[in-house]
Amino acid sequence: MNEHDPELYGLMAEFAEADALKTAAAAARDAGYEQMDAYSPLPVEGLPQILGMHHRRMYWIVLVGLITGGVLGFGMQFYASVIDYPLNIGGRPLNSWPSFVPITFELAVLVAAFAAILGMFALNGLPQPYHPVFNVRAFKEASRECFFLCIQASDDQFDLEDTRWFLQNLPSVKGVYDVEP
Amino acid sequence: MEAERQEPPVLEPGYTYASVTDKISALVLRQRTPRGWLIGFALTFAGLMMLLFAVSYLFVRGVGIWGINIPVAWGFAIVNFVWWIGIGHAGTLISAILLLLRQEWRTSVNRFAEAMTLFAVACALLFPLIHLGRPWLFYYMIPYPNTQGLWPQFRSPLVWDLFAVITYGLVSLLFWYTGLIPDLASLRDESNGRFRQVVYGVLAMGWRGSAKHWHRYEQSYYLMAALATPLVISVHSIVGLDFAVSIIPGWHSTITPPFFVAGAIFSGFAMVVTIAVPLRKFYHLEDLITMRHLDNMAKMLLAMSVLVAYGYLSEIFFGWYSGNQFEAFIVKNRFLGPYAPFYWAMLIINVLVPQLFWFKRIRRNVLVLFLLSLVINVGMWLERFIIVVVSLHRDFLPSSWGIYVPTVWDWAILLGSVGLFATLLFLFIRFLPAVSMAEMRGLVGEVSLGETAVGMTDAREIIKD
Repeated sequence: MNEHDPELYGLMAEFAEADALKTAAAAARDAGYEQMDAYSPLPVEGLPQILGMHHRRMYWIVLVGLITGGVLGFGMQFYASVIDYPLNIGGRPLNSWPSFVPITFELAVLVAAFAAILGMFALNGLPQPYHPVFNVRAFKEASRECFFLCIQASDDQFDLEDTRWFLQNLPSVKGVYDVEP
Repeated sequence: MEAERQEPPVLEPGYTYASVTDKISALVLRQRTPRGWLIGFALTFAGLMMLLFAVSYLFVRGVGIWGINIPVAWGFAIVNFVWWIGIGHAGTLISAILLLLRQEWRTSVNRFAEAMTLFAVACALLFPLIHLGRPWLFYYMIPYPNTQGLWPQFRSPLVWDLFAVITYGLVSLLFWYTGLIPDLASLRDESNGRFRQVVYGVLAMGWRGSAKHWHRYEQSYYLMAALATPLVISVHSIVGLDFAVSIIPGWHSTITPPFFVAGAIFSGFAMVVTIAVPLRKFYHLEDLITMRHLDNMAKMLLAMSVLVAYGYLSEIFFGWYSGNQFEAFIVKNRFLGPYAPFYWAMLIINVLVPQLFWFKRIRRNVLVLFLLSLVINVGMWLERFIIVVVSLHRDFLPSSWGIYVPTVWDWAILLGSVGLFATLLFLFIRFLPAVSMAEMRGLVGEVSLGETAVGMTDAREIIKD
């Protein structure tokens, strides 16, 4: 990490509009930068794709949660009613599966919901107590009104002067900041 | 077409990302605690203390302090349980179902409606617990390896209910917290005091608005909405099955589960209006919670009232059509029996009163809307009272008929649960953003999307130069 400039996490450019950020991210991608991230106070449509995000992993995680919860839920009821404590009530089948459906469904949803939030945290690396971007004073506005693009020093193309020049010349850029590590 | 053009906006014009954020965060961070908040909190906190006192006395003396008897073994506790869990349903409907249907008016009511769900579920969970008689043995309901080698009866709707309500409570909490994370980050970044920064910072988990994070966040949020949608339907259906699976006339009916879901959404929307009107008035949120929202919610109330009326009609019809003397008697007993005034009041409140919402003048009169929503809350509580008590008090054998009269402890616990609910709401409004800032920024973005257009091609050309 940070082979080029050990003293810097990266360079950050500030924009006032979501579209300007999208344009900038596309320009940076076209210029060959890969180690970068964009920050915005609201989700910007199309921006993750520009940054090369095509993840569908969330869907798989939730699907696995759904199936796990369902199998465990049904398995618990099956084990209790058929294997561990079979009760013959009027000759009715021990595996009376229709009455096991509600609990199977509830547990499937429960495990899937936990998978959805915990999977999101895990993929996003949250909770994260420290991150260099917060060292930029203006970054406070990332949760209020401003949009930021950060090119990391770990990128192969990163060169302090060139990258700074590149960011400063992006359309409608409001400022370029050094990000302390 | 004319009416379309007169539709009020979902957000008054002129807001920017910053101003909409500041307006909402100021309620938590900048504004001094209003006097009205202190008075309201004191009153509701007194209600909570009354609840604690009544429940403590209940634990000492047992459920005999209530008016319950045989045949009416399910008294206020079950009435209140069904009422509270039903109220919660509107919150999930707004936050999940209307999200999937892309109804953008849900945005500004979504957050506090979700909070309402959470607190209503908390109140609801209390009642089956204290109704147990020996609440310290509540864990008997949970399947766990025990020395007796016993399992809960998984074929019983009462056990389904335990799983449904606990799942509902937890999923509502997760959904609410997920929605709060970007807003907690906003509060962290805007608060001045070190203590607040640390508390909100810890809760925000280091959220920094990264595009990659937003991407997964939205996927996760939509998936949770998709999970919560069938869940919310299942929860009140299972509550309905608690009744429908028994053989008591008035309970044993196939319409019960969908009828309960419609009633739940009806009462829940009434409670959303009850909360929304004072909230927008006292915190000056008229720009965010506009007439459009109130109008739409009044329309929802009207639609749900018609569905609920269909349920009542079907119960009356099947009382006759079944040809069963006990089914016919329960209908007659509702109209003419000892609890008849409550049944008539319920019919007037839940079927006739909401018909006023056909008129735009009524829907757009904030005070009338608020008063009617209060009345509907009472009407829906009466409905559950009719279902539970009137069905039980006269079943098959006249020799086992009885009368249920609530005692002061029944009332203390009902009012106390309202105190608990309102106390939690007051705390929520004081310490967390009552309207979702991140989603409101999204709404601002949609409104102003046309104005700013820096084309992709422009940038590419600049880079080439």
